[in-house]
This record gives sequence, structure tokens and C-alpha cells, in this order.
Amino acid sequence: MTAMLEINDVHAYYGKIHALKGISLNVEQGEIVTLIGGNGAGKTTTLRTICALMRPTSGFVKLNGEDLNKYKPSQLAAKGVAMVPEGRGVFSRMTVLENLEMGAFHRKDKAGIAEDIERVYALFPRLKERHGQVSGTLSGGEQQMLAMGRAMMSRPSLLLLDEPSMGLAPVLVEAIFSTVEEINRQGTTILLVEQNALMALQIAGRGYVLQTGEIVLSDNAKSLQRNAMVQKVYLGVE
Amino acid sequence: MNAIDWRRAIRIGLVLGVAVLIASVIGMVQTFDERDMIEDILTLGQLLLFAPAVYAGYSAAGKSEERRVAAPPLLAGLLAGLLTGVPAVLLVGLAGWWTTIRDYFVNVSPQLIDILTFGRGALQGSLMLLAVMAVLGLIGAAIHLIPARVRRPLVNATLITLIFSLFSDVPLNIANQFLPRDIVRRFFPTKGVTQLAAVIVFALSLAIALWWEFSGRTRRQQRMATITAEQRRRNSLIVLAVSAVLLLVLPSILGTFLTNVMTQVGTFILMALGLNIVVGFAGLLDLGYVAFFAVGAYVTALLTSTGDLGLGINFWIAMPIGVLAAVFFGIFLGIPVLRLRGDYLAIVTLGFGEIIRVLVRSDLLKPIIGGAQGILDVGRPSIGPLTLVTPQHYYYLLLAACLLALFVSWRLRDGRAGRQWMAVREDEDVAEAVGINLVGTKLLAFAIGAGFAGLSGAIFGSRVGSVFPNSFELLISINVLAIIIVGGVGSLPGVILGAFVLVGLPELLREFVEFRLLIYGILLIVMMLVRPEGLWPSAVRRREMHADEESPPSVAELEAPRHEATQPMV
Ligand SMILES: Nc1ncnc2c1ncn2[C@@H]1O[C@H](COP(=O)(O)OP(=O)(O)OP(=O)(O)O)[C@@H](O)[C@H]1O
Ligand SMILES: [Mg+2]
Repeated sequence: MTAMLEINDVHAYYGKIHALKGISLNVEQGEIVTLIGGNGAGKTTTLRTICALMRPTSGFVKLNGEDLNKYKPSQLAAKGVAMVPEGRGVFSRMTVLENLEMGAFHRKDKAGIAEDIERVYALFPRLKERHGQVSGTLSGGEQQMLAMGRAMMSRPSLLLLDEPSMGLAPVLVEAIFSTVEEINRQGTTILLVEQNALMALQIAGRGYVLQTGEIVLSDNAKSLQRNAMVQKVYLGVE
Repeated sequence: MNAIDWRRAIRIGLVLGVAVLIASVIGMVQTFDERDMIEDILTLGQLLLFAPAVYAGYSAAGKSEERRVAAPPLLAGLLAGLLTGVPAVLLVGLAGWWTTIRDYFVNVSPQLIDILTFGRGALQGSLMLLAVMAVLGLIGAAIHLIPARVRRPLVNATLITLIFSLFSDVPLNIANQFLPRDIVRRFFPTKGVTQLAAVIVFALSLAIALWWEFSGRTRRQQRMATITAEQRRRNSLIVLAVSAVLLLVLPSILGTFLTNVMTQVGTFILMALGLNIVVGFAGLLDLGYVAFFAVGAYVTALLTSTGDLGLGINFWIAMPIGVLAAVFFGIFLGIPVLRLRGDYLAIVTLGFGEIIRVLVRSDLLKPIIGGAQGILDVGRPSIGPLTLVTPQHYYYLLLAACLLALFVSWRLRDGRAGRQWMAVREDEDVAEAVGINLVGTKLLAFAIGAGFAGLSGAIFGSRVGSVFPNSFELLISINVLAIIIVGGVGSLPGVILGAFVLVGLPELLREFVEFRLLIYGILLIVMMLVRPEGLWPSAVRRREMHADEESPPSVAELEAPRHEATQPMV
């Protein structure tokens, strides 16, 4: 069986900076896979390569066996890939509801869209309360929820999350992560990029550890939690 | 109990005093003095001199919360007014002592000194100026003592009278259409208005303002509260019908001169609506917008001209070609340029605008497009047996074009394209992630914007009858951009209002053309400080600028789209 997402020996550069030095990873249908690593490790760059926002200089990114590199970023939503960028990508001048509608931009089925709005509201009841608010005025946590809700509006089969816990209070992080699990239970495959390895490894099935553009470890989440190096560097256990 | 901030009073007085001094030294006061506002009473120059004193007094006294004792605020006003006069008096003194001052400040002429000293000589005149300014400051401060319900109508009536006498050309030209000459003369001398007219206008506007203040406002609120949706719809239909009739008969009300001004305004409305799509809707800063206006004008002129360079084709065939040429140029420029963001885009488009102007003027292309001599005898459109010649004729052509552009803008804004532009303007990466094609979205805005400018240019060339390189300067691009900013970025009514304020009003004040850019600059700065969202902002812009003071949006506003979205669920 081929993996849903297959990244093979991908190299990527920002000018002369060699940001990805041969990354390979797989995500199977129905999994939660996490990609952990410190600042500047190349996590965001990996996601940008998957979304065709950056072209790898060598290697390939395949979705269900199909090379994603030949597509424009704007075509990926229709392929079932949705991304929640780092630092909450919401359209800040639009209302919550308008943001959700934008998430379904490439879809034409009005009834299905309305249904999905209700589904998002069920996942994030806070958004329902605030559906008419201009999203730039939402709190950080609410914006994160909105960005995730917006991504869900394209009915993705693969959801890419870039550090959803960034800058949020621990309670809120827990709430967001349990929603991620819920989204996964409802059938969406998830690639979760995190610095918060403790939380990420609790909900993920498998994990990869990225350091300065290279994958240094990959294992199932349980073993990674017990791994001495991970404990020392990412979990703060002495 | 003494809440007067004396330092503030002094500061306001001196700042405005220096402003008066600068206005004098650069020749503004003297030039403006030649414009009568109210015959034998007030010139525009005097207004420029005196209004700051009144304002200084008003705002120096305004800050104090304690109004039970009237004396301190009045004194602060007096002081501020007095100080407003001091720099000008120093100038008078300096001019008397340093006789060659004119070699350095050419505008410090005997006439200016005469204006500043009321023609009474340096010493007596200076004292008089100080006294007048102090009294005006006092009056300004005293405005606060009037009860609010009387103060507002009084201030409004005064402002209306001043505006009426400053733009007296408008009522004068309308009156000329309907009234015999000797009656018109009684109200309008060569410039400004007579005292009689000023009194009538003041009394009338005061009466109306008082009525509004004491009973009109509440009555309207009551009516609005009980109005049904049915009535509201009928009311807006009536308003629409009346405006339509008004727009149609306007040329015969306004007369030739004002209709000509209207055609000038229309040319700019058309351009501004186009740039509004590029800048306001899509958020792409284009500083070379005049290039598309030029392309539309030149292509149409070349095709229709009956002169040496032209082909003499019918205008109605040439105009669409001109518009298409502009659209083509928009796309042609857009493809390489739209990968750039923000400032870079502005610089590249600026360069492109200049390239077009230089090319058009160059000797290289002279055999084809006439170089500095331009293209003469541009063809005029005809409808059946009627050939469009007069400003009135072109008024209707421009009206039709503007309505079309307005309709297109409005449909695009509320449609899918509008959403796309808004998304791209806010976050390009997320926009792509939800499936919006960046380049296509931007190109669409560029192409439509260019098309409107091309249409405007095509009509412009035909209306003026000739096309010269000088008509396509950078200044036009800046002018159109300023219209959008002053009116309200992204707002359709704002753009129209902006064109009237920045193109229409200056046409009525032609004699001050040398100060036009200065006034523009001041106006823009004041706008950015006082009303950054523009005179008539769009809803989106308003909520963005005032997000911090925003109450939760009204129920009616929210229910409509939500309702639609949830319907299929039940
Ligand atoms: N636009 C850019 N231009 C140049 N270098 C960049 C750019 N974006 C990222 N980099 C560099 O590429 C490397 C990887 O960056 P990336 O954003 O992928 O890190 P990250 O793992 O997401 O870090 P963080 O957890 O801080 O978000 C870093 O060294 C960074 O400095
Ligand atoms: Mg990152």
C-alpha cells in the first residue's frame, strides 16, 4: 500500500541557505503524524514545500502516488490538502462566517457548504457565538480555531497544521489538541508540526524529529516519548 | 477650579500665528485677497487671516471642563487670538525696517503689508491687527458659552454662508439660466456675493438649522422608527427616480460653464473608479495609472483623427478598440509586475507611467503619434444625425460611461471577484491555500482598472479635440490616487465624492492654481490625521479603522448571510 503523503529526499533552499537537506517522511491514511523540532529546524519550510509554495530543488512530494510539484498552490485545495499556516492565517478584515465561507472557495455545492459550517461550529462552539465578529478582533486562541475551521471547510483529506499551540495558554492548547484528535476521528489525516513535543506526542501515532534541515529520528510516539535525546532536548526532562 | 491650560493656549496661538505668517510670506494671503467673498466685507485673504484667530480662541478655551466661571476661558481665547496675530505683526515690523526684504521674499509686497495693516500704516495698523485678532480669539472662545442647541445651528449657518460665497460661481451660473441679468446682479457682483445675498443665505440656513435642531431631528427619528420595509423600499425608489431625473436635466440647470466642470469631474470619476478596483479592492498600489488613460486616448485619437496622422474611423468603433488596447496594456504590464509585492509594485508602475510619457513625447515615435505636437482633429462621436460637440453632449456620454463603470464595480465587489480580491489583499499565502489563483486575481483587477482608464482617455481625447503628451503627466496618477484616498479607499460613493472635492472644487477656484498642490498636500495630511478612512468610507474600511471602538455588529447585519447559510440544514 502506498502512503497518502510521501516525501522523498527533498532539498530546498532560500537563496544560499540550505533549509532542507534531504527530508523523507510518510503519512498513512487516517494517521496523526507529528513533525517536531526547534526554531529554524525547517518545519515550516517542509510544509511550504508540500503546499507547492516552495519548489524543492530535488526529491519529490507525492499525494496518493501523484506528484504535487506540478500543481500551483491554489490547486491543492481541490486535491484535498488544507493548511493552517504558522501564526494563524485568517482574513482579518472578514467576519468569522466570511472566513469560513472563503475556506470553501473552490467548492460549488451550497448545501454541503452550509452543512460543513455547522460541523465547524460543532467542533468550535466559540466560533458560532462570534460568527459576525471581524476576525482581526478575535483573541489569539479564537483565531487559531478559526484558521482550523477555515481549513476544514475545504473538506480536506490531509490537514497540515503549523504550530497550532504557539502562544496559547496551556488550557487552550489542550482544547485545541483534543479538537485535532476529534477531526482525525472524523476521518481527516493530519500532519502536525510542533515545538510543543510533549503535547504533540500524546495525540500523534508516529513522529519525526527535525534538526537543522535533517530528520534525525523517526519512531512511534510512545518510543519517542521515552527516547533519551527527545526527553532531554524537547521534553525538558533531565 | 481653574482648569485652563495656559501653555496650550499659547502654543495654539503661536502655531496658528506661524501658519498665518507662512501663508503671508508665500503670497497666499495677497492672492486670496483678490477674491471677494462678501462684497466690501470679506475677502478670501481676510478669511485666511482671521479664521485661524477664531479657531485658536475656540480651541484654547475648549479644553477646560469648568465652565461656571466664564472669565478664564475667555481670557485664554483672547490670548490665543492675540498671539495668532503676533508673527504677522513682526513681519510688518521687519518689512518696515529691512527695506530690501523683497529681494529675498518676493511676496512681501507693499500690498501684503497694506492688507495686514488695513492700510493704516505700520504702527497704527499693527496695533489694529493685534486688536482685531484678540477680539476674534475672544469671539472664538465665547462660542463655548452659547447653549449647544443654538451653537450648532449658528456655526453651521456661518459655515454654509462662507461656503456659498466662496463657491458663488455655482449659484451664479444656475441663477443666470433662470433669472434676468439685473436681478442676478443684485445678488452676485463679479466675484463672491453681495451683502444682501449673504444675509439671506445666513438667515435661511440658520432658520432651517434651528428647525432641524429643535424639531426636525426628533421627528425624523420617530418616522424612521415606525417605517415599514415596504415604505422604505418605496422611499429609496423615489430617491432613485428623483436623482435620475436630476442627472438628466442637470446640464440645462447648470449652464455651459458648470457643465464643462462636470465633464472634467466625470473624466476623473471614471479613472478613479478604475483605480479603485486596483488599489481599493485588490490592494495593489499602482502609481503609473495615467499610462492606461494615455493608451486609451492615443489609440482612439489615432484611429478617429481626420488630421495627417489619423485614420478617420468612426468614434464608436475606435473607442472599444482604445479600451481594449488599454486592457491589453494592463495585462501586458501586469504579467511581469504582479509577482512583486507592495512597494516594489508601486515603483515599477511609477516607472512604467513615465516610460509611456517619454515615449509619447519622443522624436522616435513622432511620425506615428505626433511627438510634442500631439494629435489634432480627434474625431467626435455622432448619434444618428447629431454629432457630439458641446460640453452638454459630452456630459451625457460621460454620465453613461460613469454609470456603467459604477455598475460593473458594484457587481464585481459583491461577487466572487470581490471576495477574491479581498482575500488576496489580506494574506496571499492563505488565499492560495483556499484555492485562489493569485496571478489571475490580480490580473483581473489590473485589466478592468486599465479598461476604465482607457474609456476615460478615449472620451477625453474626443472631448478636448486633441491629445498632447502634457495631458498625461505623473500628476494625473497622483491626482486620481488622492481622489480615492480622500473619498475613502474601496468605497464607490467615496470615489465620486472625492472627485468632486479634488477636481470639481479646484475648477471653481482656478485663479489659485499655483497653490493647488500646496492645498492638496495640506488637505491630505489633515485627512490622515482627522479622518484616515476617507470622507465616505466603505463598510469594511470603517470597521477596520475603528475596530477597537466597535460594538458587536448589529443583528440585522449578521442574520442575512447566516440565514442563507443554514437554510439547507432544516
Ligand atoms: N524567507 C526566508 N528567507 C531566508 N531564509 C529563510 C526564510 N524562511 C526560513 N528561512 C530559514 O530557513 C530555515 C528553516 O526555517 P523554518 O521557518 O522552516 O523553521 P521552523 O522549523 O518552522 O522554525 P520555527 O519553529 O521557529 O517556526 C531557518 O534557518 C530560517 O532562517
Ligand atoms: Mg515555523
